[in-house]
Order: sequence, then C-alpha cells, then structure tokens
Amino acid sequence: MMKKTLGLAALTAMLTCSAAYAQQVSVKIGVLSDMSSLYSDIGGAGSLVAAKLAVADFAKTNPNVKVEVIGGDHQNKPDIGSNLANQWYDVDKVDMIVDTPNSGVALAVSQVTNQKNKVFLVSGAAASDLTGPKCNANTIHWTYDTWMLANGTGKALVKTGGDTWFFLTADYAFGHALERDTAAAVEANGGKVLGKVRHPLNSNDFSSFLLQAQSSKAKVIGLANAGGDTINSIKQGAEFGIVKGGQKFAGLLVFASDVNALGLATAQGLTLTETWYWDMNDANRAWTKRWQAERNAAGKFPTMVQAGVYSAVTHYLKAVAAVKSGADGKAVVAEMKKQPTDDVLFGKGVVRADGRKVHPAYLLEVKAPGESKYPGDFYKLRATIPAEEAFRPLKDGNCPLASG
Amino acid sequence: MFEIFGVPSTALFGQLLIGLINGSFYALLSLGLAVIFGMLNIINFSHGAQYMLGAFCAYLLLQYTGMGYWPALIVAPLIVGATGVLVERLFLQWLYKLDHLYGLLLTFGLALILEGITRNYFGSAGLPYTVPESLTGGRNLGFMFLPNYRAWVIVASLTICFGTWFVIERTKLGAYLRAATENPTLVRAFGINVPRMITLTYGFGVALAAFAGVMAAPIYNVSPQMGSELIIVVFAVVVIGGMGSIFGAIVTGFGLGVIEGLTKVFFPEASNTVIFVIMAIVLLVRPAGLFGRRA
Repeated sequence: MMKKTLGLAALTAMLTCSAAYAQQVSVKIGVLSDMSSLYSDIGGAGSLVAAKLAVADFAKTNPNVKVEVIGGDHQNKPDIGSNLANQWYDVDKVDMIVDTPNSGVALAVSQVTNQKNKVFLVSGAAASDLTGPKCNANTIHWTYDTWMLANGTGKALVKTGGDTWFFLTADYAFGHALERDTAAAVEANGGKVLGKVRHPLNSNDFSSFLLQAQSSKAKVIGLANAGGDTINSIKQGAEFGIVKGGQKFAGLLVFASDVNALGLATAQGLTLTETWYWDMNDANRAWTKRWQAERNAAGKFPTMVQAGVYSAVTHYLKAVAAVKSGADGKAVVAEMKKQPTDDVLFGKGVVRADGRKVHPAYLLEVKAPGESKYPGDFYKLRATIPAEEAFRPLKDGNCPLASG
Repeated sequence: MFEIFGVPSTALFGQLLIGLINGSFYALLSLGLAVIFGMLNIINFSHGAQYMLGAFCAYLLLQYTGMGYWPALIVAPLIVGATGVLVERLFLQWLYKLDHLYGLLLTFGLALILEGITRNYFGSAGLPYTVPESLTGGRNLGFMFLPNYRAWVIVASLTICFGTWFVIERTKLGAYLRAATENPTLVRAFGINVPRMITLTYGFGVALAAFAGVMAAPIYNVSPQMGSELIIVVFAVVVIGGMGSIFGAIVTGFGLGVIEGLTKVFFPEASNTVIFVIMAIVLLVRPAGLFGRRA
C-alpha cells in the first residue's frame, strides 16, 4: 500500500517536473567579489548591481529564462574564495560565478569550476595565466589582463623615453604576473629592468620600497600592484619627491576609483590602460546613470570591471538560452566562444579558444585639475589599441586549448 | 660608502630612518593601547577603528568647515576622544569586573560596526588628504631625501610619547591613576573621583589613537580599513613590550619599527611577518613581555 502511494507520488512529481522544464530555463548566478576590503570599490557591490542590470535587460527580450543573482565576499583570500565557490556549486546550485577581483582567488575558483563543470567568467582578476598555462574549458577571462596592461602602458612608456625600469610588486599571483609581463614588454621594446622589490599585499607604508626605487635611478617606477597599494605608493611617492626628482610612475593597473581617492592634483599625468571608461560615449554615460541610480551612489563611477560583469552576464545568458540549459558548463562556454559578443558597453567582440575575450584597449592619461570640468571627468584618451593587438596572441599563451 | 650584506650603507641608514618613522606610528598607537590596558584592564580592540575615525574626522573637518591640518590635530582627537568617553560610560564601565575577554569582544564588535558604517558611506577606495603647505618638500640628507612631514612625525611622536610617560610615571595625577588601578576603593576613600578619572583615561587613550590618525591622513590612504591593517601589528608591539608597561610600549614601538625597516631591505616579502616571529620568540622567553610585570 505504502509502496503504491509512494510510487504514484513519485510519478506525479516527475510529470510536473518535466512539464516545467519544457517551458523554462533556470540559472543561478553568483557574483563572487571583494565586498569589504581593498578591491571593493573596483568590483564589490557595484559588480552585483551590474549583474542585476544585465539580468533585467535580458529578461525584457527573453522572459522564459529565469535568473537568480546572489553575491558573496571572498575577502581576498583564496581559501575563503574556493570554499565559497564549492559551497555555491554543491549546495546552493549556482551555475555560474562572475567577477572575482584578486588573481589568487580567481585561479583557485577556476580550478574548482573546472572540476565541477560549471562556468566561471572572470572580470576583476588580472593574471594572464588564466588564459595561459592555467586555462581550462570552463573559464573565460573577460575584461582585461596583465599582458594587455603591460603592452599598453609598458610599451607606450618605453617608446616615449622611459627605457629603464624598477618594479614595485605586490607579492602574490597578480603582482608576479604583471611584473613578468611588463618586464617582457619593456625588454621587447628595447628597455632594461634595473631591479624589483616585492611588498606584502595590503601594505600601509611604502617609504622603504620607494627609497630603494629612488636609489636605483630607474627612469620609470612600475607599480605592479592595485587598489589601496597603488594609491599609497603614488601618494607617498609624491611625498618623497620621486616625480620631482625626474622619475616617472607607471600605474600599471589604475582604476577610476583610485584616481578619485588620490585626487587629480596628485594623480595628474599618470598613464594607464583600460578597456572601458564611463565617459567615453553616450551609451556608457547612459548605463552609468542607471548603475548610479541602482547603486544609490551618485558620486561613484563604475569601473571597467563592473562594466565587464554586465557584458559577461549578458553574453552568458544568450548562450544559456541557445543551449536551453545552464547545467553543462563546458557546453555553455563552447557556445559563448561560438557566438560573437555584442552588448551596449563593449560593442562587438569575440571569445577565443583559450577563453580570452578580445576588445579594443584605450591608453588614457589622467587630466590636470584645471582640465576636469565635472565630477568623474578623469581621463583624456591618448590612443586606441585595436582588439587584434591589445591581447596576447593565441599561440604565445601556452594554453593547451589553443593548440587545437 | 661601504656595504653591509650587499646593501650600500647609505641605503641602510635611509632605511633605518624610515624604520624610525614607522616606529613612531607604532609607538603612538601602542601607547594608547598600553595606557588603556594598564589603567583600565580593557583590551581595546577598537583602537584601530578610532585611529581611522581620527583620520576621517580630519578629512570631514577639511571638507565641511575648511579647517586645515593644524587645528584638526587638536580638534579631531577631542571629538573622537569625546566619543570614547561616551563608549566608556555607556558600555565599558559594566565590564571592569568581568574577564578580559568581554572587553575584547565588545570593543572588537564596536570596531566592526565603525568600519562597516564608514565603508557604507565613503566606499573603500579612500579619500584624498594632502600634506599641509608648511610641511611639504624635504631636505636631502646625503644618504636619503627626508620629507619634512616625516621629520615632523618623528618629533611629534617622541614628544607625545615621552610627555605621556612623564605624566603617568612622574606626576601626582599619574600617581593617582596608577593607585586607582591597583586599589580603587582605597583611592576613593581619599576623596578622589575614580570613575571620572577612568572615563577620562579611556578618552585620552582614544584621543591618542585619533591623533595618530590625523598624523597618518596626509601620507597613508584614508580608507575605512586603514585601522584594521595597522592594529594587529600594534597589538603585537604591545604584547612584546609588556601589556601594562607604558615605557615598554614606546621603546618597543620604535625598536620594532627599525627592525621592520631592516627586514624590508634584506627580505621584503617577510616584512609583514617579522614582528609576529619576534613576538612568538619573546613570549617563549619572557611571557610577560620585555618590560612587563608579572600579573
């Protein structure tokens, strides 16, 4: 009797399940970011907002795809990040993780995603290893990477006379990758690296390291760090008269939020490379207004990382709609590589076999205080690097997927 | 010019001076902590957040009242010290009779709240604050370029540290304070208002932290997490110096700043951890700290 009831109940449950499946595709997206520490203005809550905007826009044209978005804080620790990723994939049924500033965390989560066959779209992290030796079929590196930064800023500075370099490097995966790629770019263009010093991540005081940089007499001091570390380096560099003494700072990874924190008086003249700037065209400005309204922060400006999250989520949802399911990570990523990308922020682009999304890069310079007409008016455009040149060539990456 | 372990002596002297400057921040902050622990027996985990509040106060005073660096050096500690007095009256005074752990938990929670609120309103990237006009520039000492501001930091820190030590160890007020810590009932019997003294002492410790914060604002990034990054190191300094010893905190602060500076030259990747290695060794050899008295 019990068995028969159970059997009937199971049958009914199965029938209702399959009926629902035929009509709707359900996916769950997790925005894994640094919500509370030095990278939280670069990604953080702003990335969560960007993801939600992408989902809302997609729902307008695809009502049959149901999307849920959750956020999580990896606190810049790879163990916390991979634990959270594991929990999300196993317990919370998350299908895709996006953002993840901090290359150490991103590399860890990339491994986990590959093991569990989900999807990982990296917008915040920089290490070019994600599409190099550590590439896999479940990860796409979206917005930027250390190779692009090195060849954008590094090459430009060497060509304008900065041919001797000294590196100030954050002592973890990202810093090492950025230093390695920039040193290669400098040497490839005829420059020389005079020395380097590695500082712990999230250092307060750079006076000791800056002193070493000063005594090296290098023409350019390359800052292979980001966020609060870059801000402190530049601020204290001004104190020690580094720029007055004739040396230049190369901010290898600088975001609008960093320029805001430094103030234009200190940051003016800094050369940097980004792939998205809020004030570049009308579409970016319009999206920025929506982002600010959603975030309830009229004084903040979205970074390229947050714009990248919007773009990545949009393309992911298109792929999921085409494949009709979010369950098989490799299948969705294959579809994302098959279809060209097109969204309102990054325009047309493509995802390569090694998981690298390509789009143009922009060489920008920070304006002087007198040249800035309104809040957020930070940069002037120095040059546009076309998509084919901006990122490392497919064959040079040592990615096993690229050799096919 | 000669070389020591492969590093030119000029570079080394420069790094020693830098270490001394960093040591002044450690000394200032650990002084506040030592005063609060020595006098009140409270482990003030919100010291870092109060240091951060001092810096933010300086920034806000500049933004909204146009008050510059020099007046802010006095006004910001007063404001933050007043909030410290409030915290003591509302929360801490009930915890003196209890285990140290309760004070630690309460102040830790307070620190998290303060940091969270500040991050909510100001973001985490930080706010701009520049070196005051009169202290910009520097002088070339031959072996390094010393910014005037950093020279001022050493001078101010030494003055405040030894001033505080003198007041507590050598004056009548200090004697009352020390007596009240050992035997409050007896001191009250002499007609001295012990609760008020304790409240003001906590306020003074907090004001010291805020003072360090205002001094840090022009050179370090003014961000909500600036305190939490520093406070762990400061705790290590206080533990090494001896939890109740004012003199120990000052000397250890400067000393460890110098040691950290040397580590940054010879093995920079370890500069974060060398203080904790020293703390482990000191605790093994002298559990009460270098200058501490056995409880």
